[in-house]
Amino acid sequence: MRARATPYLFLLPYLLLFGVFGLLPIVLGGWLSLHQWDFQLPNKPFVGLDNYQELFTPDSLVYGDWWESVRATAVFTVASVPLLVALPLGMALLLNRSFPGRTFFRAVYFAPYVLGVAVIGLLWRFLLDANLGLVNHLFGIGTPWLTGTPWAWVSLVGVTVWWTCGFNAVIYLAGLQDIPRELYEAATVDGATAWERFRHVTLPGLRPVLLFVITTTILASANMFGQSYLITQGAPGNETRTVVSYMVELGLARNDAGRAAAMSVTLALLLALVSAANFRIFRYREE
Amino acid sequence: MSTRRHFLALGLGAAGATALGLAGCGDDDDSAGTAAGNGGKDYTGPKVTLNLWNGFTGGDGDIFKKLVDTFNGEHANIAVTVATYRWEDYYAKLPGAVTSGNGPDVAVMHMDMLATFAARKVIAPVDDVATALGLSENDFAPTVWKGGLYKDKRYGIPLDMHPVGLYYNKALFQRAGLDPAKPPQDRAEMEAALAALKGAGIQGFWISPFQFTGGMTAYSLVYQFGGALYNADATKATFNSDAAVEAVSWLRKLVTDGHSPADVGQDADYLALKAGQNAFNVNGIWQVNDLKKSPEVQWGVAPVPQIGSKRAVWANSHNFAIVQQKRTDANKVAGAKVFINWLSQHSLDWAAGGQVPARRSVLEDPKFIALTEAKALSAELPDAAFPPATPGIGDVTNLFYTAFNEAILGKKPPKQALDDGVAKADKLLEDNRKKYGD
Repeated sequence: MRARATPYLFLLPYLLLFGVFGLLPIVLGGWLSLHQWDFQLPNKPFVGLDNYQELFTPDSLVYGDWWESVRATAVFTVASVPLLVALPLGMALLLNRSFPGRTFFRAVYFAPYVLGVAVIGLLWRFLLDANLGLVNHLFGIGTPWLTGTPWAWVSLVGVTVWWTCGFNAVIYLAGLQDIPRELYEAATVDGATAWERFRHVTLPGLRPVLLFVITTTILASANMFGQSYLITQGAPGNETRTVVSYMVELGLARNDAGRAAAMSVTLALLLALVSAANFRIFRYREE
Repeated sequence: MSTRRHFLALGLGAAGATALGLAGCGDDDDSAGTAAGNGGKDYTGPKVTLNLWNGFTGGDGDIFKKLVDTFNGEHANIAVTVATYRWEDYYAKLPGAVTSGNGPDVAVMHMDMLATFAARKVIAPVDDVATALGLSENDFAPTVWKGGLYKDKRYGIPLDMHPVGLYYNKALFQRAGLDPAKPPQDRAEMEAALAALKGAGIQGFWISPFQFTGGMTAYSLVYQFGGALYNADATKATFNSDAAVEAVSWLRKLVTDGHSPADVGQDADYLALKAGQNAFNVNGIWQVNDLKKSPEVQWGVAPVPQIGSKRAVWANSHNFAIVQQKRTDANKVAGAKVFINWLSQHSLDWAAGGQVPARRSVLEDPKFIALTEAKALSAELPDAAFPPATPGIGDVTNLFYTAFNEAILGKKPPKQALDDGVAKADKLLEDNRKKYGD
């Protein structure tokens, strides 16, 4: 009896945490999305699927803003994910070789990641200011890094890559160190070039790590909020206001939690689809 | 800076409310608070302790605390304790705290928040304070006084008002051959000054595309050109009127004519003024204390010049409100009213914190006249254009600021940007009416 309970007892602490901080909020979010829910008003009428329907009804209050924010999130994700997957891989390959000062460089590339979004946000807002910023001053140009598209996207993607690529690099590095040395030695003996070793030893060896990095990076990019909130403030107009940014504004600033929850559920479903596709592609390659 | 923050405030309020339980806010009777005491003339009951919350985190907080200490010394049976939070945290905590019965007794609140909190039943009417003390419109600037009303009931007793003013860099004035003692006060003077500055190679009036400060400048000009953001009962947005289009176009033209660089970033306009690159910045009275910290900057401040057909400025105001309690303690309410009345009469000392007192008698006091900057901006009191007392109006006004952003950045022509903004604003106003059950 006791033996049978043991595994469940080991799982219990996490189950509790997951239940309280994971499952419960998800269920509550679904519940909220079916209501017109303002925390501070006494009546919170049930509205069925109205909050969802609005997202697809062109003349509704939120339709324009919602799709503009979906577009912003899509642009950011499509632009940032390839960079955040490829660049750290290159960095990890370099940092995996032995050369003097290796530990120093590993720390340097990881360093920005330890800074909070408020710090990097303010920092880059001042550096990229079109008229007073150091960047334009150094190059003697007047690029509107923060207030004009596509420059605002270049800024947001660039800052995010600078900020977070160290994290992905560390994960790649761990993956690289798990690939057995003998495989490389065998490949070298068989006369494989550096590229062939990368293509046929390193990449297959990294497949699970790659899947992890791609999935988490897509999710992180699709949830981007702080950068656009602090650096561009959504400008010009609301062009760089992401879905999460819009949801925060709606749910917390306007106390319109019902609509925000409906958007949140919709975004989660979209991301679940993307992740499922992602896993499919990787499994297909394995077969 | 304090004012910038409070626009986010309600937002975080939601988070606070979740933490404290989702129970609906009390449906207490509106009149719960109004029966107590004689409206603040005096208080003779048993000793009461009052909690007061405010958001005065700057130098103004110390001045406020000193005033409260004086009050406590003079009143043996009333003890006021003060808790200070940053405005956004403060507005965030308030509704949840009130719901759970841990709220303060007295709250300091911005005027444009009164209607929203009144509709949410967080604060109680204070009409009897006004009547018992014989306070009326005549004691205050009418615009400030009317701003405290929501649905014909008074929810706020004004303490001060903080308008925007025209800050200018005197060193740049001299470089362009202008008289630093004579800032422009109408459209012709303004345009002449800008031409002179341009002649000296200076972009004189940086227009930021964000609410702080370009949006507030545009807000002021819409009213100056005879327009308004909303119709009289705030059921329709009117910031695409000819007057509003003219106002925003005038500002956009400053950019296209080279009086302002394009793509001014957040705060860059003000920093450039301090750095001697920008001659004019329409900014809040709260910047006076910040500029005083930089003695190397030669600056002055004057009322916003009249660009349109009349004078008008963006402004906000700090008000006292009495918090709706789950169980009303008549003695506490009576004590709170005595405190509000006392502090309102002592608002001259408050003016030293960098605000324009709301009371007329204080405005004419020689000691106030000695406060140069606040005195200069107090001339704007009758021209203050406050937003209407409608719940949730701040969210709608943000749509005006977004439209302005698009127009100044040249994403859309002013007329189209404002038309698009109004279309959205009308939908939001209708949605708010349904939500707040108006």
